[in-house]
Amino acid sequence: MSEMKKIKNLKEFSTSADRFEGANLLCPGCAHSIIVREVLNATNDDLVLSASTGCLEVCTAVYPYTSWDASWIHIGFENGSTAVAGAEAMYNALKKKGRLKQPDRNPKFVSFAGDGASYDIGFQWISGCMERGHNMMHVVLDNEVYANTGGQRSSSTPIGSSSTTAPSGRISYGEKKNKKDMVSIMAAHQIPYSAQVAPNKWKDMVKKIQYGMQVEGPVFINAVSPCTTEWKFDPKDTMLLTDLSTDSLVFPLYEIIDNHELNITYRPKNIVPVEEYLAAQGRFKHLFKDEYKYLIKEWQERVDAQWDYLNRREEARV
Amino acid sequence: MAFDKMELKDIEVWDGNFAAAQALRQCQIDVVAAYPITPSTPIVEGYSKFLADGYVEGEFVMVESEHAAMSGCIGASAAGGRVATATSSQGFALMVETLYQASGMRLPIILNVVNRALAAPLNVNGDHSDMYLGRDSGWIQFDAYCPQDAYDLNFIAFKVAEDHDVRLPAMIHQDGFMTSHTAQGVHTLTDDQGYGFIGDFKPMNDMLDFEHPVTHGVQTEEDWHFEHKARQHNDLMTKVFPKIQAAFDDFEKLSGRKYNLVESYDMDDADVCVVCLGTSVETAREVATEMREKGIKAGVVGIRVIRPFPFMEIAEALKGVKAIAALDRSSPNGAPGMLFNELAGALYNTADRAMLSGYVYGLGGRDLTKKHLVDLYTELQANVDAGKVTTQLQQFIGVRGPKLSFL
Repeated sequence: MSEMKKIKNLKEFSTSADRFEGANLLCPGCAHSIIVREVLNATNDDLVLSASTGCLEVCTAVYPYTSWDASWIHIGFENGSTAVAGAEAMYNALKKKGRLKQPDRNPKFVSFAGDGASYDIGFQWISGCMERGHNMMHVVLDNEVYANTGGQRSSSTPIGSSSTTAPSGRISYGEKKNKKDMVSIMAAHQIPYSAQVAPNKWKDMVKKIQYGMQVEGPVFINAVSPCTTEWKFDPKDTMLLTDLSTDSLVFPLYEIIDNHELNITYRPKNIVPVEEYLAAQGRFKHLFKDEYKYLIKEWQERVDAQWDYLNRREEARV
Repeated sequence: MAFDKMELKDIEVWDGNFAAAQALRQCQIDVVAAYPITPSTPIVEGYSKFLADGYVEGEFVMVESEHAAMSGCIGASAAGGRVATATSSQGFALMVETLYQASGMRLPIILNVVNRALAAPLNVNGDHSDMYLGRDSGWIQFDAYCPQDAYDLNFIAFKVAEDHDVRLPAMIHQDGFMTSHTAQGVHTLTDDQGYGFIGDFKPMNDMLDFEHPVTHGVQTEEDWHFEHKARQHNDLMTKVFPKIQAAFDDFEKLSGRKYNLVESYDMDDADVCVVCLGTSVETAREVATEMREKGIKAGVVGIRVIRPFPFMEIAEALKGVKAIAALDRSSPNGAPGMLFNELAGALYNTADRAMLSGYVYGLGGRDLTKKHLVDLYTELQANVDAGKVTTQLQQFIGVRGPKLSFL
């Protein structure tokens, strides 16, 4: 096993090995690039990366340019995880056969995909990768919408938000379904590690990524990625939105080890009302009309119940 | 090496599936990612048994769908090693998206396709619907007529596909059940001969070379997409044929078995000729011989490589023929059949443009009998005698109910 990278402070972290270039086409204020940097900077080891079709992919590998100074592959929308699984299988084969060009390296295999490419169209492929036990990490850049194609709902889109295929209107408050709980579904594959992360809590992120890279077997990471375009907030407020998402507990930060040990890894000192999180985003604007205010109350109750559930699981060590 | 070699008899009794599995074993694949589907399943079953018995050393990844099988193959191939898999029919159809991705990314993956009909209605038997579905996907497509071909063409496919001047994936087609499940005598290569023929895999732009990071599967829009596609087509049209021919020549030196882009049978002085694919080629050859005893100068042209399509060689093979039947084992669904169209394209600008008629046959595993072919040759001779096509251009062979003919 390779030695864990030591990171002292944010300044050092932000200037360490830049294998994801700043030269890319992502929107100003996009959280994707922040998350990708944090994941990549957690290790000095060689990387074999994939991106499923989506914002990250179309903005970082437009021929004849690339933003990636590491081995990288994109195939399609649904199969980025399996691309990395195939590469990992080849690594194992060549290792066994003594044909690796740099046999002393310890490459890490990581697939990045949006929530659409993970929760929806790529669900089966990721499930297959997790079940088969590939030594890889799948990271969801969860912006709760098909942002690359202009803001259509996915099964990660939260209730009450307005998207282009579940818009709010004269007689609708927008999305009617609650978000899919992918972290639990993936943990139920009996994988060694499943966790939720956020780019504002970078130390928590690095700890989880490093744990995930050291553990043998498949790892699932769900990263909240506030989308300035589709969540409708000022690009300068990305970190503010991320803070609101973690501190309102809409995106609680926790990990599940071997599907039987849940740890809450971040407890906000001051829990922010969900209403503040919703109010900061244009996609929830319509909920503040009188007739939909009950939805905000329901939101708060749901978040409280989920937080209570996580606490009970942590306490019971299950 | 950490695997055992296998002693084979000079002639083994194998069906097409097992012949393909043995070829894959001898080629020592680094990664097989696969999903089972009738009638190709025994290929990957055979391969996994070789793995279980210590006759191969690579990784075998049993994935959750054919789409994932080809996706895994693409990732593995881009990582830098020898990759193969097998499929049929619906599984092939599910793979189609990734077939284009594999060829567009210039990855030399080998896919054994055991031809089977496409639903609906659901059918497990052999026809060429899946093979035809793949014909625009940018892959090289070899066609086997029998288990021996299915074995030999795997070696030839690896040699061509992995050539650094080619770097394109290749399919080896065999007919579901008729070839895949029919045991025949197969002349074998020794393990050393087989592996020696294709040689060690030579990686290029491999993701596992960390000193040279590569980006695979980029985005190109109207500024570059056309150039990429055009160059890929150019390579298929200009570079692949000589490489295939060279591989055929080398293989003949090794085994004594000769393959050609177009397989002509009794064509030197033929007046009438059937052009077909798969197991039908062997049946047609038998009938052609019998027709000659009756005084009809009959010949057969089998297509060995359907992509890239050997237009020049076809035109050459059909020179001087007066009436030609194109046999398509796939429903064209609103058009002439694929072979009819390609032959028309190959012959239209030739001086002695022969009479060409199309026949659709054998869908869903329906037999093509010798009687059918006798009638067909007789019909072609009638065209020759009349100096014109006496039937409609498109007919259906062996379908019950009122006679179907069009155009």
